[in-house]
Amino acid sequence: MSGPRPYLRPAETLWWARRPYLAYTLREATGIAVAGYALVLLVGLISLASGEGAYDVWLNFLKSPWSLALHLLFLIGMIAHVWTWFRIMPKTMPRLVIGGRIVPQNRITAAGLAVAVAAFIVILLVAEWMQP
Amino acid sequence: MPPNAAASVGSREIEVEVLRYRSDTDSRPVPQAYRVPFTYDMSVLQGLQYIKDHLDGTLSFRWSCRMAICGSCGMMIGAEPKLACMTFLRDYHPGPLRIEPLTHFPIERDLVVTVGGFVKKIESIYPYLIPKTPRRLDEGEYLQTPMQLAQFESFSDCINCMLCYAACPQFGENPDFIGPGVMALLQRYNGDSRDGAQATRMELVHTENGAWSCTAVGYCSEVCPKQVDPANAVNQNKTKSAIDFFLRFLGRPARSGGAASDGNAP
Repeated sequence: MSGPRPYLRPAETLWWARRPYLAYTLREATGIAVAGYALVLLVGLISLASGEGAYDVWLNFLKSPWSLALHLLFLIGMIAHVWTWFRIMPKTMPRLVIGGRIVPQNRITAAGLAVAVAAFIVILLVAEWMQP
Repeated sequence: MPPNAAASVGSREIEVEVLRYRSDTDSRPVPQAYRVPFTYDMSVLQGLQYIKDHLDGTLSFRWSCRMAICGSCGMMIGAEPKLACMTFLRDYHPGPLRIEPLTHFPIERDLVVTVGGFVKKIESIYPYLIPKTPRRLDEGEYLQTPMQLAQFESFSDCINCMLCYAACPQFGENPDFIGPGVMALLQRYNGDSRDGAQATRMELVHTENGAWSCTAVGYCSEVCPKQVDPANAVNQNKTKSAIDFFLRFLGRPARSGGAASDGNAP
């Protein structure tokens, strides 16, 4: 009994469904939530341009339990996306030099997350302030 | 293995399961279990050496320096790509510890994989400095500031152990992908302020098998035993490749290199 040389092992097809690739898979999959948010806003913008009636339909859709459930899903996806995305971000950019020193990657991740949290709070405050 | 190593092996034992493949007798790889006595300070490599010296002389594996410099002993240890010399048996006690050849690579025999494709890729990227303007000896050395050095220094620490290739699912899908390690080497030269062949190497980066097979999984940088950060090298090149692509529409020529055609290149 003899075998081929060299021996090629069969390629794994479900690698993305196991550790250590789960964080990557989560990051890519939750991109759909980001696109979902953008789509909802785009539809809002189009309905605003189409007149008051269409805009009211959109506003009423936002208040529906379906929309609330969808947005809760989007929010969870968005948080997961922000978390995993800022962890890879320092690897996607040139070495950042401040004051003659290379900024450590975990600092860049921390700064990105801090900006995301700050933006979230600012948007909540603005929304609260703009409420009729 | 040092002569006194057998005498110093401890009373603790670990079960080690090695994926064996001998093309003359096996039609496919098969696991084989060994019981290996070990001490607190014994590496997985020393465990394999114990097997070869005392239990089974037919076991094949690559090794040389025993101290994470040569890059020979990369293998899958407990399903993770690791250097056998910098991984300790104690961390897997009582086992069973599964050891396999580096994944995504063809197996020659036991834990020895084919490295020919990897070496060809290294050769393809002009892995040497090609000066912008050649200088005569009496003109002195090429100067570089510490900051210019820092931009590429980690990329020059690669020891060609190929752990990043075993970590990369995209290399698993497409063996022609130039891959993290060779991209790090490419960036070691393209990121060097003294080098003038960026445009030549970018031709390789622009292709499907260049930077664009990467989907930023990032696991390559996690498994790197020398903190080279190959994921950073690949993704810096994605940005550069995209910039080159859009500059084309502005009618601006890409950064000129072209030194590769001045007689230095093969």
